[in-house]
Amino acid sequence: MSAAGILHGRVDARRFENNAATRESPWVRRAILGVALAFFVLFLVLPLVAVFAEALRKGWGTYVHALTDADALAAIRLTLLVAAVSVPLNLVFGVAAAWSIAKFEFRGKHFLTTLIDLPFSVSPVIAGLIFVLLFGAHGWFGAWLIAHDIKIIFAVPGIVLATVFITVPFIARELIPLMEAQGREEEEAATVLGANGFQTFWRVTLPNIKWGLLYGVILCNARAMGEFGAVSVVSGHIRGMTNTMPLHVEILYNEYNFAAAFAVASLLALLALVTLCLKSFIEWKASQAAKDTE
Amino acid sequence: MSIQVQEINKQFGSFTALNNVSLDFPTGELVALLGPSGCGKTTLLRVIAGLETADSGRVILEGEDASDTHVRERQVGFVFQHYALFRHMSVFENVAFGLRVKPRKERPNEAEINKRVHRLLELVQLDWLADRYPAQLSGGQRQRIALARALAVEPRVLLLDEPFGALDAKVRKELRRWLRRLHDELHVTSIFVTHDQEEALEVADRVVLMNKGRVEQVGTPQEVYEHPATPFVYGFLGAVNLFHGRVEGEHVKVGEATLPHDGRDADHGVEVVGFARPHELDIVTDLAETRGVEAVVSRVLAFGASARIELDALEGAAERGEPVHYEVVLTRERVAELALSEGQHVRLVPSSLRVFPREAA
Ligand SMILES: Nc1ncnc2c1ncn2[C@@H]1O[C@H](COP(=O)(O)OP(=O)(O)OP(=O)(O)O)[C@@H](O)[C@H]1O
Ligand SMILES: [Mg+2]
Repeated sequence: MSAAGILHGRVDARRFENNAATRESPWVRRAILGVALAFFVLFLVLPLVAVFAEALRKGWGTYVHALTDADALAAIRLTLLVAAVSVPLNLVFGVAAAWSIAKFEFRGKHFLTTLIDLPFSVSPVIAGLIFVLLFGAHGWFGAWLIAHDIKIIFAVPGIVLATVFITVPFIARELIPLMEAQGREEEEAATVLGANGFQTFWRVTLPNIKWGLLYGVILCNARAMGEFGAVSVVSGHIRGMTNTMPLHVEILYNEYNFAAAFAVASLLALLALVTLCLKSFIEWKASQAAKDTE
Repeated sequence: MSIQVQEINKQFGSFTALNNVSLDFPTGELVALLGPSGCGKTTLLRVIAGLETADSGRVILEGEDASDTHVRERQVGFVFQHYALFRHMSVFENVAFGLRVKPRKERPNEAEINKRVHRLLELVQLDWLADRYPAQLSGGQRQRIALARALAVEPRVLLLDEPFGALDAKVRKELRRWLRRLHDELHVTSIFVTHDQEEALEVADRVVLMNKGRVEQVGTPQEVYEHPATPFVYGFLGAVNLFHGRVEGEHVKVGEATLPHDGRDADHGVEVVGFARPHELDIVTDLAETRGVEAVVSRVLAFGASARIELDALEGAAERGEPVHYEVVLTRERVAELALSEGQHVRLVPSSLRVFPREAA
């Protein structure tokens, strides 16, 4: 059990709390707690409440109307489509990258690890511009794409590409430390027992990482649906065609259509809440699993 | 199945883990690989299993070069140093794994798998744990489950990496007897790694002693214990006393004293190190004797059937690079007769010294 504690970096806070030697004086604790709570309410809870309050200010009728508007529905559909393409792509890539980084030694391993973090360190706008530079009408492959009548920028493929790029790190980053901690021994044991590569992966590796993987997928999905910057650059903002939900919110807002903007925004906020619930459920599940296997 | 390894070399970077290792493991024997930590035991076992590729040399299984045979096809059972049980599977599923991953043609049906797993669990005497998960088992139980899992695929050789490493002394003793009995039942060619000399000598048909990636000696437990081939083996297999001196005919001149030696590897005038086990030394209290080496009694530990006496060398031994401690085992009667007291000066008389040239030691 102590190993589990170290492995997951969790030290029971009560140990400090109940120990006179490590306990802080009451007013220090209250002050710190007060600051944290005030910050939490001001920056996290209040905006969330505001979104729903604004969305429903003009009543349910307007709310439902804003969401069933043709452009809004198109934006929702596009957002779902983008997530449905980019999450599975990154699922495959993330597992493959994490697997090779965690379980094998090869040249350029460090470089690959750093590369995976690139989308985190580059501003999303730049990420979008990279794709415009590559596939835009005046980009490197622009002429060729026009000649073959393929549209990437200001079209759905560009939006998918930008989203995939932005969400690359989520799953791989989640899995690498997990797989490294688990080592190669179980896989070696499976191989000695006669399992082939696929059987080893399916029966041994995957069950060991499933909670981490799900966690990564949830985060990846939340980002894929919520991404604004990179998508904004490549989308072209064509109503009913290349607008995702975040872009649609912006357009409505710029048109002073606040009720509709907040109605669509409330859907994104809802997504965030669902994501948080799933996330804490998975964390709980994973810690249960860790307890069972330590 | 017989195993031969021929001239195996293995480097990790610039570090030599295996240095020209050649060994023969005949069919049906239980062989112990014995050596200090880091000497390459695990590496050798992994090379035999195919989990590691040697830089050069060959692994021959049943007369056939297995260098190009995939781990899957070598039909070895491997028990890992840290068990490596599948943590998300029950004990039953762990043992059944090897059967479930067989190609469809060879895979037994569910009833057959059920029967075979339970038979194996009975063999390791843990049938009642079938539904538990590895985390809910004790170290000794995990060990036996790992063994059952390895046996499920009916391996032609069994490789056990420090099977009792993580267990306490009492459980180790039980399990090593149990392993011996199991081997006598199954007669699978087995190699087990250990760094516990007592374990190796007690359980194995033959013992391979390794040091720094080399094989130092191969032989039956009796052979290696009674006739160590190198100073390393002598020192590794039990407590030992060292005497630095020079050969003079039938004797070794150690300081002022002349001690008898066993007559091997000893040309006249050669600088040697003589080895004697604690029970091969006697103590005389008469300092006027010319036999023996003078020492000071530091502790007398008299419990059990025999008594152990620890002694210090006279001043100045350390400066000359000579040993500073001695250990003697005598019978309780002999100790009573000598009536030793701490701080008393005595003489140590070996019945015979096993000598090795100084540079080899
Ligand atoms: N993958 C590796 N990379 C680098 N060095 C290694 C690797 N595996 C083993 N070594 C080195 O090779 C040497 C032999 O290792 P090995 O695991 O075979 O030792 P061992 O005899 O099994 O020791 P122990 O009794 O501690 O298990 C050690 O010094 C170790 O540091
Ligand atoms: Mg080892």
